[in-house]
Parts: sequence; structure tokens; C-alpha cells
Amino acid sequence: MVTAVQTTDLCKSFGMTKALVGVDLAIEEGTVLGLLGPNGAGKTTIVRILATLLLPDSGQAVVGGVDVVAEPHRVRARIGLTGQETAVDHNLTGRENLQYIGQLCHLERKEARRRTDKLLEQFDLTEAGDRAVKTYSGGMRRRLDIAMSLIAEPAVVFLDEPTVGLDPRGRLAMWDFIAELTSGGTTILLTTQYLEEADKLADRIVVMGYGSVITEGTPNELKQRMGAKRIEVELYDKADASTVIDALTPFSIPGLLVQHHDRTVTVPVEEGARLLPQMVRAIDAADVSLRDVGVRQSTLDDVFLILTDQEVEKSPGIES
Amino acid sequence: MNRNPTEKKTDTENTCSSTTADAASTAVAVNAKTNRCRDVPHGPLWILRDSWTEALRHLRILPRTVDLMIFAIFQPVMFVVLFVYVFGNSITVPEFDYKQYLLPGIFAQTIVFGSSFTGAGIAQDMAQGLVQRLRSLPMSQSAVLIGRTISDLIRNSVTFVVMLLVGFAVGFRFNGSIGDTLVACGLLLGFGYAFSWIQALIGLSVSSVETVQSAGFMWMFPVTFVSSAFVDTQTLAGPLHWFADINPFTIVTNAGRALFNGQSPGNDLWFSLIWAVAIILVFCFLSVYRFSRFNR
Ligand SMILES: Nc1ncnc2c1ncn2[C@@H]1O[C@H](COP(=O)(O)OP(=O)(O)OP(=O)(O)O)[C@@H](O)[C@H]1O
Ligand SMILES: [Mg+2]
Repeated sequence: MVTAVQTTDLCKSFGMTKALVGVDLAIEEGTVLGLLGPNGAGKTTIVRILATLLLPDSGQAVVGGVDVVAEPHRVRARIGLTGQETAVDHNLTGRENLQYIGQLCHLERKEARRRTDKLLEQFDLTEAGDRAVKTYSGGMRRRLDIAMSLIAEPAVVFLDEPTVGLDPRGRLAMWDFIAELTSGGTTILLTTQYLEEADKLADRIVVMGYGSVITEGTPNELKQRMGAKRIEVELYDKADASTVIDALTPFSIPGLLVQHHDRTVTVPVEEGARLLPQMVRAIDAADVSLRDVGVRQSTLDDVFLILTDQEVEKSPGIES
Repeated sequence: MNRNPTEKKTDTENTCSSTTADAASTAVAVNAKTNRCRDVPHGPLWILRDSWTEALRHLRILPRTVDLMIFAIFQPVMFVVLFVYVFGNSITVPEFDYKQYLLPGIFAQTIVFGSSFTGAGIAQDMAQGLVQRLRSLPMSQSAVLIGRTISDLIRNSVTFVVMLLVGFAVGFRFNGSIGDTLVACGLLLGFGYAFSWIQALIGLSVSSVETVQSAGFMWMFPVTFVSSAFVDTQTLAGPLHWFADINPFTIVTNAGRALFNGQSPGNDLWFSLIWAVAIILVFCFLSVYRFSRFNR
């Protein structure tokens, strides 16, 4: 197994803000790593360091066997970056943007043209290809932006929230495309807030809190570890929530908190069906009437919420 | 880079899983290809090539932003008309017909003002995030700035030609030899190129496109007006006189004016060349340095 991307004890501060405090990551060649975390966790900071846009304060980052601080130029020859913000020239057409980046990557002119046509087609931009980008919709701009980061067929691709602003069809197409890339051996670091996306695409997932890794594993491992099932209780009255939480906490997997949002209380459990009757009885004993109750499979959203719950409380300043 | 096939570890439930052998064999193919196409270039030739790619990007959109160009020319044309026909009779300069005196100054001013496009362009590239992408590409990083200044030099040359035509229309004539005239044109454009590097540093230093427009423009008014471009510096009072005389813009204007009028520019030619080269060296260094420090 070859490690395509590795960070060791990576630290970065912006003034008083500690964006990264000792992050260790490793991505095997040809796999997708999904990087999850609340806003301000430091995902973009990691991507920017790996893409040579930002120097770490300390620690090491290696891409394709090359140190990003010592030899940024060689790293750049191996990577493609789709940043969180789109990076296109609005005055050029889509086609010109692609060819221009191809030339800066020193592709032969003919090869640049061939790949441009292919990418325009793959990203459903053939018709718009000869229009100035400023006439594009947001989603079209994003698709072009991603295409531009792939024109040199880089071995390692960083995608920072690539599907933000894409419609469902565009997002599905993008998922197919990313799957295709990895089957071709490309290594991908993907950050996303759509956990379904991480579930579908990522071979491994790293969940970050503010500045550090909270946990990692395959999507299934994480779901198992954080409770394979969820029992979800819907109340008539929000005021009953704390009573219900108290009643249900004993049923929760030890160490995992019962979640609560508005009128819904969610309990992580290993096996739903066995516990459900007892839990209903416990709620009944507390004299609370229920609107609905049921067992469901855990999703990555559950994992994310449960893991980042305490983190968000620790957060320096985040809108609630 | 390691080209060994890797064993792909996939989740059974993962949609992107494919057969291991398949993935591995294509991985080798892709990586081999990647390595072949993307060697790591360096050296002056690559800087030139990347700079030209960058310059072409800017030049390509010139025809699409003709309105910008038209308004950039409109302003100096108005100056010509105002100064020649409104002030022309009340301003007198020793030894010269005022038109022959004024127009080289306006040419120089137009070219120096034209350099402000550099700062605005760089600020715009940063605002649209493009600079981020460029900094992650295996290209020469200074090419981003060199390409920009070169394209603005070409843009300025076009403006200059239009200004010359306007000058002829109001009665300005070249009285020097062809050689003198060409040297004068080259000198003015070279000076504009030097100012492009000052603007590049401003464009890299301000926080928004809106700021660069005033930050890049404001200081050029005193520099071009407190000079010999419009009036004889002898007529200026105390500190203004002193500033006008040491102002490099005065020196380059005097050199250009002498050459256009068939007189000897004397030391002004050499001093203005030294100024231009010095500005280019200092501000090129500072801009490239600033650009490279963005990753801190
Ligand atoms: N250039 C900067 N100057 C100052 N602080 C910064 C800068 N860039 C990032 N930060 C801070 O570093 C922290 C991590 O930011 P980062 O952009 O990496 O978060 P993120 O995980 O990508 O968040 P999001 O999900 O919102 O994109 C935040 O607290 C942010 O305010
Ligand atoms: Mg981010």
C-alpha cells in the first residue's frame, strides 16, 4: 500500500485562532478520504496547506512523496485543486479557461484541446463552452471550476466542498465522475457538508473538531461505533424533551449522548427492536405523550452530530 | 513518484468500489501518463512561456472590453482638447509652441495613467480567486505578474498610437529624426512599464478591486501635474518647484519632448532610463516577493 498524502502533527494558527493543532492524516493511493467537520474546523486550512497555498507553522505534509514546504513546485505538478471558492476567469469562455490552465500545466496544445473537449462534455458544458463565464449560472461555474482542476490529470485531487451549489442531477453526475476518477487510480481528498456524499464516495472518513481529528474510519465502522441504529422519538410538546432525555439516557450506548432537536429526541442504540418496547414503557412511566416513535438505520449525519456535539460547545464563537 | 500498483481497499457498501486488479492496472497507466506530461519545468524559458500564456489571456479579452479602452483614451483626449484650446492661449512656455510643449507631456501622462490597469487587473484576479488556482499550478509564479505587466505594455502601446493620431489632428508634429522619435516612444512606453510594476505592488497589497482604483490613481495626479508636463516648472512656487524638478516624470517628459522636437535631450535621456530600470528592479522584486509571501 502506498500513501499518497500524509500529514504529521500539522499545526497552523492565524493570529490568536488555532486553526490546526496537530493533525495527522494519511490517504492511500487511489482512495477517497472524506474530511468532515463543522464550519471553522480547519478543513480548508488543511487543503490549502496540502495544495502549497499556505505554509504550516509546524509539522510535515507530504504529497506523492514530496514535502509541500521543501519542494512546493514538485507538489504542484502532482495535484489538482478545487478550492472552496470558484477560481475561474469570468471574461474568458469555458473552453478558453480550460485551455489556458492546460497550457500553464505545459500540456501540448493538441492534448490540451482534446482534454478540453472531453471535460466540457463530461461536465455537461459543451453547449456553453464558447460563452463567457460571466454568463454562466453558479452551478455551471462550479462544474467548470472542477473541470479546470482536472485538466492535467493530476494524481492527487483536492476537492473542497465541490458539490455546493450543484443541483441534484449535477451532484449525482459529479459522484459518478469522482468514482470514475478513483477507479483510474486518482487519490482524492474531499471535504463536504453533505454526509450522504461522504458516505457514497469516501473509502475512509476523518471527522474533525476545531483544529484536530476526532475520529476516523470507514463510513460503516463509524456508524457501527456510533450506534448502528437510532431510535427516534417525536413529541407533541417541546417542553417534554428534557424529561424524555432523562428517561431514555440509560438505553443509549454508554458514552454517547442522547440527541435532541426541536421536538425530536434521538437515541443511539446497537439494536433497535429489542429496546424499543422498554423505551416506550419508560416514556409512558414519565407520563409524556408521543406523536411518533420508530427505529431507523444510522446515517453519517448522526455520526457527525454526535461527534461534533461537544465540539460545537467548545467553539470560540459560532452562531447557534 | 511511486508507480506501484496499489491494493485498493474498498468498503463493501461503497458505490465506488471496483475490482482490485482493474483499479490497479489503470492506476499504473494514469500515473505513468501523469508523470510523462507533467515534468517540472524551470529556467528562464519557462518563465517567458508562462508569462506569454498569461499575457495572452489578458490580451484576448481586450477586444471584449473595448468600452474600457475607449474610456481610458477618452480622458487624455479631453485633456488635449482642454489644454490646447482652453488654456493654450494663456499658458506660455519659453522656446516652444505650446502644442509642441504640451503633447509629449500628455503622452507621458496617458501612458503612466495606463499603468493603473495593472493594479486593477491583479486585484481582480485575486478577487475572482484565480490567483489561488495559479499558485497551485506547476507554473512559474512570477509569470503571473510578468504576463500582466507585458499585456499592459501592449495595451498601452495601442493607446499611445491613438494618442499620437489625436496629437496629429490638433497640429502636433515630430520635428526630430525617425530615430529620435522611436527612442522617445520607447522611452515613454518603458517608463509606463516601470510604473506598471509599482501598480502591481499596489494591486497585490490592497484588499479589494474598489480600493485599488483609488489607491492606484490618486498619487499619479501630483506626480504628473507637479511636473514639467503642462507648465514650465520655473513658474511653480517653492517646494512645488523643488518637487517638480526632481520628479522623474519631469525628467522623462523633458527627454521625450526634446526628442520629439529635434533637440538634444542631454542627460535627461540617461537619467530617465536609470529611473525606469531602477523602478522596474525595485518594484519587480517587491511584487514577486509579496506574491510569494501569500502563503504565510
Ligand atoms: N486567512 C485567515 N485569517 C484568519 N483566520 C483564518 C484564515 N483562514 C482561516 N481562518 C480561521 O481558521 C479556522 C479554520 O478555518 P477553515 O477555513 O479551515 O475552516 P473549514 O473547516 O474549512 O470551515 P467551513 O466548513 O466553513 O469551510 C477558522 O476559525 C477561520 O476563522
Ligand atoms: Mg472550508
